[in-house]
Amino acid sequence: MGNVIGGLFTSHVPAIGNAITRGLQQDPYWKPFFDGFAPVRRWLGERRPDVTVVFYNDHGLNFFLDKLPTFAVGAAASYRHGDGGWGLPEFKAFEGAQQLSWHIINTLVENEFDITTCQEMLVDHGFVMPFELCWPGSDRPVKVVPIEINTVLHPLPSPKRCLALGRAVGRALESWAGDEKILVIGTGGLSHQLDGARAGFINKDYDNFCLDKIGPDPEALTRHSSLDIVELAGSQGIEILNWIAARGALGDGTVEVSRNYHIPISNTAAATLLLERPVGDRAVRPVRAGEPVLA
Amino acid sequence: MFRGPEAARGYALNAMCYSFNSAANREAFRKDEEGYCARFGLDEAQRRAVANRDVTAMIEAGGNIYYLAKLAGIFGLNVQDVGAQQTGTSVEDFRARLLAQAKGH
Repeated sequence: MGNVIGGLFTSHVPAIGNAITRGLQQDPYWKPFFDGFAPVRRWLGERRPDVTVVFYNDHGLNFFLDKLPTFAVGAAASYRHGDGGWGLPEFKAFEGAQQLSWHIINTLVENEFDITTCQEMLVDHGFVMPFELCWPGSDRPVKVVPIEINTVLHPLPSPKRCLALGRAVGRALESWAGDEKILVIGTGGLSHQLDGARAGFINKDYDNFCLDKIGPDPEALTRHSSLDIVELAGSQGIEILNWIAARGALGDGTVEVSRNYHIPISNTAAATLLLERPVGDRAVRPVRAGEPVLA
Repeated sequence: MFRGPEAARGYALNAMCYSFNSAANREAFRKDEEGYCARFGLDEAQRRAVANRDVTAMIEAGGNIYYLAKLAGIFGLNVQDVGAQQTGTSVEDFRARLLAQAKGH
């Protein structure tokens, strides 16, 4: 597949941003989570993606219930971060990969995904967190394409539909004429529930099932309905839909680079998983001057 | 489960919470809570739930946790506080239960 180099899957709990701002990465509560990003940052330093395509869910920042798309694709020149109403520090704006956005949009509609397109789009912690974890305190070297999935108002799209959406995005990336190295990101999860009598619910077994299967056998995750997943992973654990879609965009034959799982961050079972595309059987573009050569 | 009927019942309350994305609106709410609730057309049950900082009652009145979290922030409540309130435990016990799940099955 074209220039897709890998996929990063990670939780996006807003408290992570707060911990970064307060410099708590070595704090005993936070360290087990932040340590999971050391191998990710090493890998990113070697592979140096130019563009990220990010599957995430909005938490009532850009979208309200007045007009709520099931799938929305950003096509803006830049995306501003909003703090979601908590008075937290706002991170600097993200540069959009606008032409790639339109190529993805065209491909999705050709593939009969009737998506919403957004030329203005605020992004919240669901989108921002991986960037602050991957490229902390530095200029982000990547442009972005945000793809938003409704996880707020039921009925939600099925896991099967999300995987198919991701695969259609994957076809767009495969047919993209540019030579950028593309990293796919899926955010959210894993198991957690914020509301109701089951608040604080976590399901380690289901989370490990997701972590084990999403690389080699993503179909396994689509054997549950969205309602099944709410039962298994909690009402916000359904954010795994973002992971499933991102996995679809990654194509077949992934290799696991690193994995981290830690309970709890805030009310959430936090996980980080990095999958890469094997280098051997695909055309790798020439290495630029000064760029480290892969082992 | 937050579906059509809940979304319809809770529309005014969730719309008010959505407005709290803006710092100026949060300030306006702090200055005149009742007036702000009235401006968004909250019904009696919703107004009472807000006045009582009662998240369970807000959800019963159609509130969705993603939007309610913004209101909870104004009240200085984080997701552990909200979790403890809804499950009828102390915040310490709620936190301890989360930590215990790391060891559990």
